[in-house]
Amino acid sequence: MQVTRLLAISLGAILTNNFIFAQFLGICPFLGVSKKSDTAIGMGLAVTFVMGIASAITYAVNLILVKLGLEFMQTVAFILVIAALVQFIEMFLKKSMPALYTALGIYLPLITTNCAVLGVALLNVQNEYNFIASVVYGVTGGLGFLLAIYLFATVRERTEFSDYPKSFEGFPIALITSGLLALAFMGFSGLEVWPM
Amino acid sequence: MTIVFAVLILGVIAIIFGLILAFAAKVFEVEVDPRLPQIQSALAVANCGGCGYPGCAGCAEAILAGKAPVTACAPAGADGAAKIAAILGVDAAAGEKMVSHVICNGGDDCVKRFDYVGTPSCLAATKVAAGPTGCQYGCLGFGECVKACVFDAIHINAKGVAEVDKEKCTNCGACREACPRHIIVEAPYKQKVFVNCNNRDKGPQVTKVCAYSCIACGMCERTCKKGAIHVVNNVAVIDYAKCVNCGLCAKACPKNAIEPIPTPEEKERFKAAQKAAAERAAAAAAGTTV
Repeated sequence: MQVTRLLAISLGAILTNNFIFAQFLGICPFLGVSKKSDTAIGMGLAVTFVMGIASAITYAVNLILVKLGLEFMQTVAFILVIAALVQFIEMFLKKSMPALYTALGIYLPLITTNCAVLGVALLNVQNEYNFIASVVYGVTGGLGFLLAIYLFATVRERTEFSDYPKSFEGFPIALITSGLLALAFMGFSGLEVWPM
Repeated sequence: MTIVFAVLILGVIAIIFGLILAFAAKVFEVEVDPRLPQIQSALAVANCGGCGYPGCAGCAEAILAGKAPVTACAPAGADGAAKIAAILGVDAAAGEKMVSHVICNGGDDCVKRFDYVGTPSCLAATKVAAGPTGCQYGCLGFGECVKACVFDAIHINAKGVAEVDKEKCTNCGACREACPRHIIVEAPYKQKVFVNCNNRDKGPQVTKVCAYSCIACGMCERTCKKGAIHVVNNVAVIDYAKCVNCGLCAKACPKNAIEPIPTPEEKERFKAAQKAAAERAAAAAAGTTV
């Protein structure tokens, strides 16, 4: 039962309710860091990491908030947790992976304001997931982001060399591409794991 | 009561994370060379890309690593180079301040071969039957350089030729790259005398297309006392290192192709003086032989 449920959550987070293509969260880094596929993977992994840890910590924070009857504080408290986490990861990357750190550039601190991360924390509460389900949802949500940004980056690498009207150069063609990818992901809607 | 709890809980979470971060900052400390931000602040911070590095941060890193000279940032000028040299503790081989200069003064007087009505861009115009201007070397006046300049230092003047505002020019070189005819050159800021022509055709052909062109007659070369001006490839070129800005060549030029363009009176006086000098020399020569 438990395993099937986790499987259902994962499937939803990665494909049917993909954070980018179905829920349209975290579009900023999705468009900003998708010019090259290797930095896209780096960004995807960083987001996955932050989302996983953020789910775990916000679960604990939420327990305290519920106990004190301060549910209305969720958003503020979660933002605080995420900001601190991102700061921590920035320091960590700067020390141990300077190449990835410079490649991610300004977008690394921007994970703080990545709504996918805040979204996963709030959705965990909304869906009343327990601890394990929360972490699984966070990590698989991050993997969904990774999948989306990697797919998008590979397409974008190709559009660099293709011939399209000048007025579409840069962001316009990127937005159209992401729209088409989102349409493709619509095909997954309705996919379900039947609870046995 | 709820307010107190809300403030407290947020405060406690913040303090815990603050402590963790403070601790992490110590553990994951990366030493950044303190000179890096100093160098960066000495640059022009216009991100013009004139140095060839990705932005001012990239340039600062290259200077620190010794890959770029302290004078790499042209917009920062000699002051900036001196500051950077002081930070790095090296001698500033501070060259003199350079600016861009347009070597053409044809403009509206340049004979047009046809009316160009296409995209108002110099590059596009040169692609249509080699450009509308009769002179294949002159300014087209569509302002490709004006668009390229981020410092608002180059404009099309009343004559229809691009002209650099020396005071605003930072010598970033964007206009020099933008010009499809490569008639914008680097010149010292102090330089006052310029040959404003780039036409390498022979005299008779040049005369047909432009009233102010260099015809390679060599008058300037013979007039110059410093050997600073020479006719190369049918156009006079000034050696800025030797030129003392006396302006004699400008007065000698029969086509007024050298800036500062003399007034007719100046020209007359110069001619009279030349004539008198020639007579004196002839008399002296006659005196010695007889």
